[in-house]
Amino acid sequence: MAIHGLWVINKAGGLVYQRNFGDGLPHLTANEYLVLAGTLHGIHAITSRLSPSGPSSGAQVIEGESFKLNVLLTHTGTKFILLTSLVEPTVDAMLQKVYEIYAEAVMKNPFHTPEMPIRTEGFDAKVTALLSGR
Amino acid sequence: MAYTQGNQQNARFSVLSSSSLSSVEHLSPNSSRFSLPNTPSINTTLGTPRPNLRPNIYDRHLNKTRTAEVSASSFAYLFSEVIQYTQKRVSGINDLERRLNTLGYRVGMRVLELNVWRSESTSKAPKREIKFLPALMSIHTQVWKAVFGKPADAIEKSVENDDEYMIVDNDPPITRNISIPRDMSQLSCSSFTAGIVEAVLDGLGFPARVTAHNTPSDTHPGRTTILIKLERSVIEREELLK
Repeated sequence: MAIHGLWVINKAGGLVYQRNFGDGLPHLTANEYLVLAGTLHGIHAITSRLSPSGPSSGAQVIEGESFKLNVLLTHTGTKFILLTSLVEPTVDAMLQKVYEIYAEAVMKNPFHTPEMPIRTEGFDAKVTALLSGR
Repeated sequence: MAYTQGNQQNARFSVLSSSSLSSVEHLSPNSSRFSLPNTPSINTTLGTPRPNLRPNIYDRHLNKTRTAEVSASSFAYLFSEVIQYTQKRVSGINDLERRLNTLGYRVGMRVLELNVWRSESTSKAPKREIKFLPALMSIHTQVWKAVFGKPADAIEKSVENDDEYMIVDNDPPITRNISIPRDMSQLSCSSFTAGIVEAVLDGLGFPARVTAHNTPSDTHPGRTTILIKLERSVIEREELLK
């Protein structure tokens, strides 16, 4: 029961927000995170085209031995990635909440440029309030 | 003096009446200046009648929207665009605040007019505030309720300067979603609100310079102070009225 990290990937595959919670995750450089996000974006694109039954929203969960990676794809193509421990029952609700915070604090902020890295204090504060207490 | 004033008023009246006359030709179907909701004449020219479900906004009764609410999200997006538009056309934070103030001023003039009109039609003894403190109180409650749906949180008087008063809002709804970047930390988007207050004070006969300042506290990170600096003449008149 733990949240390890949150990524936000824009529709072009660029990492616009990355944040670790706790110290469970290995420390990577900003560049490495960008590469990982880009790769994930590619994998997600592949999975969305492999569905045997028509259009698909692509991979939603990628599971490892000790953690899982949950993906929320929005209608605008922005992806929210939450890295959590294996047993985390409220992940979907949490991703929806993060999306809501994004819509509130980032999209309504006149000083944010769409598709660019998120440097909005309001988003940071609200995400912290939502995720780090857990 | 009185004569020239009368003249000016006449001039204003004539502007009003001539515009109301000429509005007939503006509204003609050939005019492409306005996109108006369909009137019969437009329907005949376009040949596509649409069902006229709601009355034209100009025909609606002014009290109809008294208790109506506007979506905070829609306004947040609109206000965000207003700030982005303004920011592209100014050369600094002071300029940006001044422009937002001007925009708010245009809102405030109408808010005052509408509030006065409404209180005249609803209350038995409509009142025009002639003293500053009651006027400030009415801004704190009535104007704030009309514009933001809740009264402001506090009124303060400056201890250093006798001509300075403050209205405090702990969480202004219009800037709730705005995070000011670090390099612009001086900016307060509530300058728009300051403009509204300035217009209302001007309209009531209390000319003042109104500015907005961020005064965050631990419990209220969005706390904003609207600073009112009255003109000397107002202070002097208040002394006489005592």
